[in-house]
Amino acid sequence: MGLLKGTIGTLMSMFVSSAVFAQSAESARSDLNLRQGVTEISSQVYDLHMLMFYICIGIGVLVFGIMFISMFLHRKSRGVKPANFHESVKVEIAWTVAPFVILVLMAIPAANTLIAMEDTSEADLTVLVTGSQWKWHYKYMDSDIEYFSNLATQREQINNKFSKGENYLLEVDRPLVIPTGQKVRFLITSDDVIHSWWVPDFAVKKDANPGFINEAWTNVVEPGVYRGQCAELCGKDHGFMPIVVIAKDPADYNAWKSEKIAAIEEAKAEEERLLAMNMSMDDLMANGKKQYLAKCAACHQPNGEGLPGVFPSIKGSSLVLNDKVGHIDIILNGRAGTAMQSFSKQLTLSEIAAVVTYTRNAWGNDTGDIIQAKDVFMQANGK
Amino acid sequence: MSSATETLKHDAHDDHHHGPAKGIKRWLLTTNHKDIGTLYLWFSFIMFLTGGAMAMVIRAELFQPGLQIVDPQFFNQMTTVHGLIMVFGAVMPAFTGLANWLIPMMIGAPDMALPRMNNWSFWILPFAFLILLSSLFVEGGGPAFGWTFYAPLSTTYSGDSTALFVFSVHIMGISSIMGAINVIVTIWNMRAPGMTWMKMPMFVWTWLITAFLLIAVMPVLAGVVTMVLTDKYFGTSFFNAAGGGDPVMFQHIFWFFGHPEVYIMILPAFGIISHIIPTFARKPLFGYASMVYATASIALLSFIVWAHHMFTTGMPVAAEMFFMFATMLISVPTGVKVFNWVATMWRGAMTFEIPMLFAIAFVILFTIGGLSGLMLAITPVDFQYHDTYFVVAHFHYVLVTGAVFSIMAAAYYWLPKWTGVMFDITLAKWHFWASLISVNVLFFPMHFVGLAGMPRRIPDYALQFADFNKWISIGGFAFGLSQLIFLALLIKACRKQGEPVSDQVWDGAEGLEWEIPSPAPYHTFDTPPVVK
Repeated sequence: MGLLKGTIGTLMSMFVSSAVFAQSAESARSDLNLRQGVTEISSQVYDLHMLMFYICIGIGVLVFGIMFISMFLHRKSRGVKPANFHESVKVEIAWTVAPFVILVLMAIPAANTLIAMEDTSEADLTVLVTGSQWKWHYKYMDSDIEYFSNLATQREQINNKFSKGENYLLEVDRPLVIPTGQKVRFLITSDDVIHSWWVPDFAVKKDANPGFINEAWTNVVEPGVYRGQCAELCGKDHGFMPIVVIAKDPADYNAWKSEKIAAIEEAKAEEERLLAMNMSMDDLMANGKKQYLAKCAACHQPNGEGLPGVFPSIKGSSLVLNDKVGHIDIILNGRAGTAMQSFSKQLTLSEIAAVVTYTRNAWGNDTGDIIQAKDVFMQANGK
Repeated sequence: MSSATETLKHDAHDDHHHGPAKGIKRWLLTTNHKDIGTLYLWFSFIMFLTGGAMAMVIRAELFQPGLQIVDPQFFNQMTTVHGLIMVFGAVMPAFTGLANWLIPMMIGAPDMALPRMNNWSFWILPFAFLILLSSLFVEGGGPAFGWTFYAPLSTTYSGDSTALFVFSVHIMGISSIMGAINVIVTIWNMRAPGMTWMKMPMFVWTWLITAFLLIAVMPVLAGVVTMVLTDKYFGTSFFNAAGGGDPVMFQHIFWFFGHPEVYIMILPAFGIISHIIPTFARKPLFGYASMVYATASIALLSFIVWAHHMFTTGMPVAAEMFFMFATMLISVPTGVKVFNWVATMWRGAMTFEIPMLFAIAFVILFTIGGLSGLMLAITPVDFQYHDTYFVVAHFHYVLVTGAVFSIMAAAYYWLPKWTGVMFDITLAKWHFWASLISVNVLFFPMHFVGLAGMPRRIPDYALQFADFNKWISIGGFAFGLSQLIFLALLIKACRKQGEPVSDQVWDGAEGLEWEIPSPAPYHTFDTPPVVK
């Protein structure tokens, strides 16, 4: 049994040393242990975790220690004769009551932290977080700011064609930005399947349930970049919808906010301008391909053939070839009861026009149709 | 109990007794509990290797960051079908196989109470798994929504093969329910004279309680898969908020089945260990009565803890607290069992034959899984652990080094009784040590990557997890290969290659099954033994 004992011993000491390592590294991310995080709650959670961990180590050392002593002393090869005792009510009561007391001691701090975590009242800022396959959408409830946040890691890195960057799979195009020192409340929901919004540094993980709204909150002390991932299996690209939150101090946050609002105004003006003009086939195809690869190819695949039985093919699809109105409609509004989501908020009118034109003319779908932003505008507004 | 032996020796020479039929008909038409037990055990081992092969695909893809071998959709099919096969195809049928072989021999009954249903409950199983496995080859692939098939991923957003998945789970459920009914009726009615409730062997007790759990929750599983079926194909909205349903309700129903299911997969293991440790410690089980009460308490508590799988779904604080406290409470009777095993070893005269090695590994590694389970019960911390590799580590410790190790311990313990020969001890030692080391290289580092933040069910991961994942994969391949040693050993044993064994087989073994000849005759206890 020496080897067994040795193995367990090594593993135990690995576990213990991991804990020590994490404590010295404060709030940094550890390769071995839970991180302390950057909020008061996250460090309470960390303390609870370490308390539980040490209690478990204590129980383990005690129980396994007695076992190993017994295995050493009470073996037949040492010529011992077996005893015959086989019950003791006193002992049974003792080892029922003692663990119960330990449990009560654990339960009290756990309950206190839990109550604090679930108190979402009196928030300074509220952000609506919406998961959809496979991206996050953030909407600030106190302004017009809203945007999608997509994985920014290149496909070529995932497919091993380029070397992988430092934040491989943990980087997005547009991170969520929140102010430090303020209580930020998250309203969390989903457009399709269940996702789970998880930022380990905040100790916040809450499921995004379609049709229901969950609440969570955080109050970040230090400015910084905090990364997380979707934690609930949500289909094919579940591993590819990270979360990045940038906490800025209030002055920087306000500057970011004004900039963002100005950019929204600008985009609106640009949209008006594009609405009035006609784009060339080449421009539409080029822009359409770009949007298609970014928004559509995850399901329908870059070659337009989809995944048989899961995601339909666009190449040769009769909807695309024969039903222009239906084609624009399915992109604008999605199709209820399927994985096809609405893109009216994710793409601008001119981008939708480009995608429709592209998919009607790529991969041998040679309809020759050109769709302009105003065509999409007319249909979206029932004209 | 000497009368048992007497009766048997007499029976063995009786002319009206027939042995097994010849050829394939023996296995297709058999109503003999030993044959059916053998079928169940071989089936479960084949499923264990099949589900294991899928785990190898998963570990090969996760060997290094980036997508190398399979696409994410197929990866999800592998995790899903691996889980389903291991739970419903490997662990549960293995315990049913052991129940078939052992319960009649342990309580002095000639066979199971309902032998024809017994045949039926086994023979529908291969079809259930043929349907499930064939779904991998239909257009769009097999189920890819996890073995927990959360709606609406399994309804609105699932592939065309979902109907096959639902149908196969229905068949598995029917098989389990029939198996459970058979166990209950057999134990209730067919105990030998003098075999009172509190004299029943622990394996019989734990299986009786397991059978009640099965009857209570398998219909719930059948209900929830049917709701998935009608949501997907017949326009109902049980789990669709737009139609007045609730996707979280799916999880409540599923885990109302799922949590007792966890105990279905571990209570018979407790029974097995409670036989092996006393035998090799040469000392009676410490606290038999408290073991029975602890098992019953665990079973009862298992009905009121289901929502600890769902702390992040957004429950009221009061509900979270209730499920946290109830879950913590389960560690009390579970602790009692572990303490009793250690007390049984204390001041015994131990030897460390293969079954004992597996039993000791079980006690230690299952306890590690139990302790991480206690950590997971603490709601505020569970928010960090939930859906990470920490959970994967936890449930593989209780299911692989727990349930599966106990099944292997049982196989080694009773195999000589079944075959009449001692298995190849050298191979068995290789199997044990290779499995023990590799299984820990496989599952222990999962604690670390989980705590460091790696979510489960992802085909690709951030670079900080790369080193550990490489080790985990190496451990996985080694553990998988180690099981081929077991396969070789089993084939040898079934061909009766080995030293003949005595009736008692093991020095300290006690119980009716050790009083009949080795190998156990095709029919045992035609006249009930009298238990004093």
